[in-house]
Amino acid sequence: MKAAVLLFPGSNREGDVAHALKTVTGTQLAIVWHAETELPAGTDLVVLPGGFSYGDYLRCGAIAARAAIMEAVRAHAARGGLVLGICNGFQILCESGLLPGVLVRNARLRFICREALLKVERNDTPFTRRYGKGAVVRFPVAHGEGNYTADAETLARLEGDGRVVFRYVMADGKRDDTQVLNGAANSIAGIVSEKLNVLGLMPHPENHVDPLIGPTDGRALFESIAGMLEKA
Amino acid sequence: MKARVLVTLKSAVLDPQGKAIEGALRSLGVPGVGSVRQGKVFDVELDGGDRAKAEATLKDACEKLLANTVIETYRIEFVG
Repeated sequence: MKAAVLLFPGSNREGDVAHALKTVTGTQLAIVWHAETELPAGTDLVVLPGGFSYGDYLRCGAIAARAAIMEAVRAHAARGGLVLGICNGFQILCESGLLPGVLVRNARLRFICREALLKVERNDTPFTRRYGKGAVVRFPVAHGEGNYTADAETLARLEGDGRVVFRYVMADGKRDDTQVLNGAANSIAGIVSEKLNVLGLMPHPENHVDPLIGPTDGRALFESIAGMLEKA
Repeated sequence: MKARVLVTLKSAVLDPQGKAIEGALRSLGVPGVGSVRQGKVFDVELDGGDRAKAEATLKDACEKLLANTVIETYRIEFVG
């Protein structure tokens, strides 16, 4: 597997996700600057890391979504290539139109930096095959603008097509849309594209891969991707 | 030519920042504030004097970058 981690001015989680990819999957890895117009030949997976691209100016992810490299990412996604956007990467994917909806300011206006409980709603995507269906996992979140919003029609379509992959849940493993940490509609933490090859999520699986730090619930996400690509 | 672009949240979209400002105005005792919604203003200087062309350019700029039409609407005004 070959992975390309995009780097925008203000990205700051590229090292974390590169570390996770290397230690969990042993993948070949390139860090790709946003002004490039092509991905390295043979790229299987594109990762848009977390951070504060362009200082969150205008809207989170808005300027990065218009960067030169994004045309190549769009073409990669259209070919069925895998794209993973984490945190700011998710915001960029929404701003670029690769995923529907938008992430707005957290409902209670606070930057939230803590561990979140998530339910894996489906395990038949390239990103979640190594999780049990309905498994509850712990990933950290660190965002000020993670409040997923879309119009009623889009939300109905996402739910109808089963495109919500990760959902925030309470300690009992059940969702409570009135108490979501950031106010996200339908407790949405992560969604996939129609063809299941583009995943965007606010929480950080790349930070829970090393037992030295704590839980390792994030490992299965990277193992899923690697397993998927080995088969192909 | 000078133009002003106003980008505001659609009325159906919750605006937690506007709500916080609204609360702050109330706590300051500013009377008669019904509600507050926050938006953005872009002052743009354009080449040439053709207003129709300028409007088309700005509309394009709004659709491409200045507004996220999932949650925002925009209005273009010409100044002077």
